Amino acid sequence: MPEMNINDAVMTTRLDAVVNWGRKNSLWPMPFGVACCAIEFMSMMASRFDLSRFGAEAMRFSPRQSDMMLILGTITNKMAPVLRTIYAQMAEPKWVISVGVCASSGGMYRTYATLQGVDRVIPVDVYVPGCPPRPESIILGVMKLQEKIEKESLSMRKDHIARFYESLARQESLQAEKGLTSQQAIREMLMDAGERGVGTIF
Amino acid sequence: MDSIALSRQMLDGDRMIVNMGPSHPTTHGTLRIVLELEGETIVRATPEMGYLHRGVEKLGENLSYQQFIPLTDRLNYCSAIMNNVGYTTAVEKLLDIQIPKRAEHIRVLMSELSRVADHIVCVGVNAVDIGAFTAFLYLFKQRETAYDLFEMAAGQRLHTSFTRIGGVFRDLPEGFVPLAERFLVECSESIDELERLLTRNPIWHDRTKGIGVISAEDAVNWGYTGPSLRAAGVPQDLRKAQPYLGYETYDFDIPVGTTGDVFDRYLVRVEEMRQSLRIIRQVLDRLEPGPVMVDDPKVALPPKEKVYTRMESLIHHFKLIMHGMDMPVGEVYSATEAANGELGFYIVSDGGKNPYRIRVRPPCLPIFSSFEDQVKGGLIADAVAVLGAMNIIAGELDR
Amino acid sequence: MIIEQIDAQLPGTVTDRHAFRGDQTIVIARENLLAVVALLHREGFQLLVDITAVDWPEREQRFDVVYHWLNLASQERLRLKVPVAEGESVPSLTGTFKTADWFEREVFDMFGIRFDGHPDLRRLLTWPDFPGHALRKDFPLDGGDPFCMEGCTAPYNNGERN
Repeated sequence: MPEMNINDAVMTTRLDAVVNWGRKNSLWPMPFGVACCAIEFMSMMASRFDLSRFGAEAMRFSPRQSDMMLILGTITNKMAPVLRTIYAQMAEPKWVISVGVCASSGGMYRTYATLQGVDRVIPVDVYVPGCPPRPESIILGVMKLQEKIEKESLSMRKDHIARFYESLARQESLQAEKGLTSQQAIREMLMDAGERGVGTIF
Repeated sequence: MDSIALSRQMLDGDRMIVNMGPSHPTTHGTLRIVLELEGETIVRATPEMGYLHRGVEKLGENLSYQQFIPLTDRLNYCSAIMNNVGYTTAVEKLLDIQIPKRAEHIRVLMSELSRVADHIVCVGVNAVDIGAFTAFLYLFKQRETAYDLFEMAAGQRLHTSFTRIGGVFRDLPEGFVPLAERFLVECSESIDELERLLTRNPIWHDRTKGIGVISAEDAVNWGYTGPSLRAAGVPQDLRKAQPYLGYETYDFDIPVGTTGDVFDRYLVRVEEMRQSLRIIRQVLDRLEPGPVMVDDPKVALPPKEKVYTRMESLIHHFKLIMHGMDMPVGEVYSATEAANGELGFYIVSDGGKNPYRIRVRPPCLPIFSSFEDQVKGGLIADAVAVLGAMNIIAGELDR
Repeated sequence: MIIEQIDAQLPGTVTDRHAFRGDQTIVIARENLLAVVALLHREGFQLLVDITAVDWPEREQRFDVVYHWLNLASQERLRLKVPVAEGESVPSLTGTFKTADWFEREVFDMFGIRFDGHPDLRRLLTWPDFPGHALRKDFPLDGGDPFCMEGCTAPYNNGERN
């Protein structure tokens, strides 16, 4: 799991408190809906479980217009570079919730085709287990993210995002150098990380 | 992916390439369509799939027959029970066993509930893509009631894993039948509301009539099955043509369309929802108490009380879990009428604990492969409407 | 029934047949495939339901390409198997049945069997430079990925990894 250290010596100021209050109560989700968890997401946006109560009604399918990416479903190795591209296009501040076990750890699909956890290629903030998680669980995940956002500070460095962009540059240079597709480049980076004993490629 | 774009750079400047997906605003699973446009008119459409290919068939070769049942749930995830029923029917055909009457009735009941739920998603999401958000919200309330029914019977809302080889997981609990009766009334009213919103709506007509037309011969040649084939005019429904689970004893009709366009597919689905409610009514009337699992210890797990008290049941339990069932050597193909069409399971057994090969025949693969023919000459907005009417579920398409 | 028709009009093409659990199955050689398919199309088997393959690595003709047909008028089903050795190719049915297009691409992707006359034979489910063919019996389940089974306690094959 990637290290996402909030510097221990952070003090939140009044400005931070106001900014965080605004951010956490208007999280615009970007549903990266891929498989069955997307159906539970649809249930969550419908009238019974209603995510709009948390300020998250504006469901934008464009990464440029949203700040919270919900990864809903199994991410396969074929889809991994697409996920990285979409995450790269989001503007900061951005957070990621990995919904369901398939996104968090590969789920029941321990096969050649499935990425064993999205946190191998992207920094993740909250994991929601379940197959599929009930809409209430996903809402709890959003609430946990809100608690996390409360503790952030404007002066905090987000190392993990910087390392992500650097890994994206490395991936592109690997593709250009060896003439691989993006999927094969990511596979090579994963095998390389495995040899060094590291769990992620960023 | 990149090579398509590079090779097209040599074309003249009037053509534009628009990439729809794999992450796209329409809410149908993950697929990719590369549209070549001249102005707004589509000249070529190259669909690409495989973004949800999880290796289910290969995984099936390493799991036992019972362990494969949760994997079948995740194929067509909008109507999980029909996949369970299809798979266990195939294994029961291989074993040549007959399930008890009550299990058959319960399977039909849950299948038809799933069919209604699947059509709710398809019509609702199709409407959302075209812009009619209200239909989706009204229909999803009924889907929540269906979820409550699934949760009562199987313990899970979406991925039920409800059937077992030889019957169903457990008997229907106390409150199921009253809630199902209430569902019949409410859902029927909801479908009436949906029809009032959409069926005679001139905007809906403009967006869906004449879009994605396909003739009956073309549909058969492309391998269509299910509502899309029936909308094109071919009255093929496996529940009537090759009945299973006692469908020949129920009284229901099959809606058949004429032109195969998006509007016809919508009408066929809405009418199928009504017919499913009719079948559910008949099942509820003829439910009788009885066993829900076949009485063969070589196939069905014995009840837990017996496993803890009797040696013989303990041995049967151990043998079933560790060594699997005694499977004959051979191959079967068994097809059921799922919400999208003919869902087929081709199982090759070499007598061992795990199947030698499991093949899932996805109903929406041939339908999606004909996408280019359906949208050529149309506008991008029409492509979205056609994609919605095809009901592409990526879990089933890519496995 | 259709097998009698095939025997009458194309004698000697059916090398093996059985009807296990009521599914009529015939085995033919790949040279006779197009002739038999033309006959089937004439006799009303217009819906090609499925094309897939099975890998029997101990056999000399390693793969069995399996076709399923449905006759809409008589609701009769037929399974046709064509044994193929590694490196051999099978004639494509895309001329007669448009549905064969993607099914054959999938068989190529998963098994590596080529189809002569296919307009665009490339991989369907995996990415273009995927190393190997996934459903072959000698391809490991985890694809050689050391992370895939790491920490896995679930019993696959009673604890052995493939």
